Amino acid sequence: MKPLLTGWNLIKVYTFLVYIFMFAPIVAVVILSFNPQQFGSFPMEGFSFRWYIRLAQNDAILMAFKNSMILGALTSIVVTAVAIPAAMAFVRYEFPFKNALNTLLLTPIMIPEVVLGVALLLFIRWLQQPKSFMLLLIGHVVITLPYVLLVVQARLVGIKRVYEEAALTLGANPFQTFWEVTFPLLMPAIFAGMLFSFTISFDDVTATLFWATASNQTVPVKIFGMLRNSISPEINALGTVMIVLTISIPLLAGYLSRRFSKGV
Amino acid sequence: MNSGASTPQTPSPSEPAPKGPPAPMVQFRGVMKRFGKTLAVEKIDLDIEEGNLVTLLGPSGCGKTTLLRMVAGLETPTEGDIFIRGRRINDVPIHLRNLGMIFQNYALFPHKTIFDNVAFGLKYRKIPKEEIAEKVSRALQMVRLPGVEKRMPSQLSGGQQQRIALARAIVIEPDVLLMDEPLSALDENLREEMRREIDNIQRMLGVTTIFVTHDQREALSMSDKIVVMKDGRKQQEGGPEEVYNRPSNHFVADFLGHSNFEWGKVQEIEGDRIQVRLDNGHTLWAQTRGERGDWKVGDAVQMMVRAQKFEVHPRGEVEAADGVNIFEGTVIDRSYMGGEVSYFIDIGEEREIHVISMMRTLIFSKGDRISVTVDPKHCHLLPADDETAREAETKKAG
Repeated sequence: MKPLLTGWNLIKVYTFLVYIFMFAPIVAVVILSFNPQQFGSFPMEGFSFRWYIRLAQNDAILMAFKNSMILGALTSIVVTAVAIPAAMAFVRYEFPFKNALNTLLLTPIMIPEVVLGVALLLFIRWLQQPKSFMLLLIGHVVITLPYVLLVVQARLVGIKRVYEEAALTLGANPFQTFWEVTFPLLMPAIFAGMLFSFTISFDDVTATLFWATASNQTVPVKIFGMLRNSISPEINALGTVMIVLTISIPLLAGYLSRRFSKGV
Repeated sequence: MNSGASTPQTPSPSEPAPKGPPAPMVQFRGVMKRFGKTLAVEKIDLDIEEGNLVTLLGPSGCGKTTLLRMVAGLETPTEGDIFIRGRRINDVPIHLRNLGMIFQNYALFPHKTIFDNVAFGLKYRKIPKEEIAEKVSRALQMVRLPGVEKRMPSQLSGGQQQRIALARAIVIEPDVLLMDEPLSALDENLREEMRREIDNIQRMLGVTTIFVTHDQREALSMSDKIVVMKDGRKQQEGGPEEVYNRPSNHFVADFLGHSNFEWGKVQEIEGDRIQVRLDNGHTLWAQTRGERGDWKVGDAVQMMVRAQKFEVHPRGEVEAADGVNIFEGTVIDRSYMGGEVSYFIDIGEEREIHVISMMRTLIFSKGDRISVTVDPKHCHLLPADDETAREAETKKAG
């Protein structure tokens, strides 16, 4: 008989335990969201969509959901519109302080979100502006810009300059060259960047807590608020919806971009 | 280093622009390009006549591609002017220059169909749709790939992609066709076919073409004029035969073909025949061709002989006929190359020469003692004080 406690078996068991540790809470949330009882306990006494129905009737949550969607969508559009020209400049042109500027734009990744949240809040106070949806949008653009910039830059480096040169010699002006050649070739990265920024914006809690107001709640902030009052099974349902969305959107995007980029 | 005072034949680098028609299609006047501290192109003057195919030939880093890219507008000259049809184009943006450019790696737009690729340049020339379709299909016929309009570039082979690139460049009827090593990404056997294709189409359309290559065979076989370059400088300019047969310096002689160089001193001059006492102990006659007879007794020279111009015979079987150089040697190495045999022959004084002999009945083997003859008209004299020659020699010695 082979020894049971080989190193390889230990690694297998260990890996399995790590996965359980990571995903058990999430699985619990999903399962409990279908529990008809107010206080979840195992084994479940039935299966129902009760909390989902409650969720769909909760105006405050629906409002937050709508806010999150609009904020995410606007963030992804604005951030892409900023990131594409920035990436073009950093990859295709030479100018003074290029590296310093590039690093500067990427710093939000390294700065703790709490610091970022407080800093922007203080800045807006200093400007004597009220907290608003605009503030949220600016904040989310700052947070997501580095990710989108990195994705677009990486792709742009991969697009050989020679395609643009060919277009220029054939008579397209620099602007036409960008629209006809660079932009279409950049499309997969732009698409990926938009999804990145949407999901990051949709998920963000820490910084958003500083920026949100009563009328500008996002879903994660709303969940956070609800947890302070009571633990309602509605949160399980909402959590499940969030999980499904944040996992399925990038997967769908990956699938679509692979289909679009075929032949390239 | 262009050449010593004793070689009068190198074109002087700053001739005035020729007056009166026909004006050259492309003119370079004192064109210079510096990248930071590196000098990529140094004071080039060059005229390219309408309808000609001119090759910029040289090793990598010689500035040939930079020169081509300056015509295209993809680089700006640091100094000097470039004219197309007599118009100075230094400040004309790339997209208004009406040029066709072909790149080493085809550069077909991967996201566009073949039709859209070929039609790309026509879109910006205000041509009606029906006419575009017609022109595209005619261009595709010309490159012998009709009916591929709906395919994507990735569905075509490398050779086919380069043909599409050619179609895309010629369909706009450019003033000048620019080709940047268009054959170097292709397989060996495809390269010859594509070379002939380009040659045919260029002659058929009569479009002025600048062709950049490091491949001497391409340059020799298709050019009206070859410009040999090294280190950003023009070494020689002339027809293929002129450049091959009458190289103006050591670099050109060494770069084109297989050459042997021996150093020596002029001993005697008899009309156009010059006797040279070589450092290796042999005395050989060289026959100049009028324009190169500027030597004096005592001049230090290098004698250049192409490997193909020597003839090898069994020792003692040839008589020292008057006017033919003859010396003796021993075969130290031999490689059989199918149609020809390549010999390395020890001629004493630790010197060896490279001989390429067309296959006849007789093949010598290692150790055979032989006689070598060479007609004086194949012995070319170059000034000995040529930097490149010294460099080459020290490299060989080291």
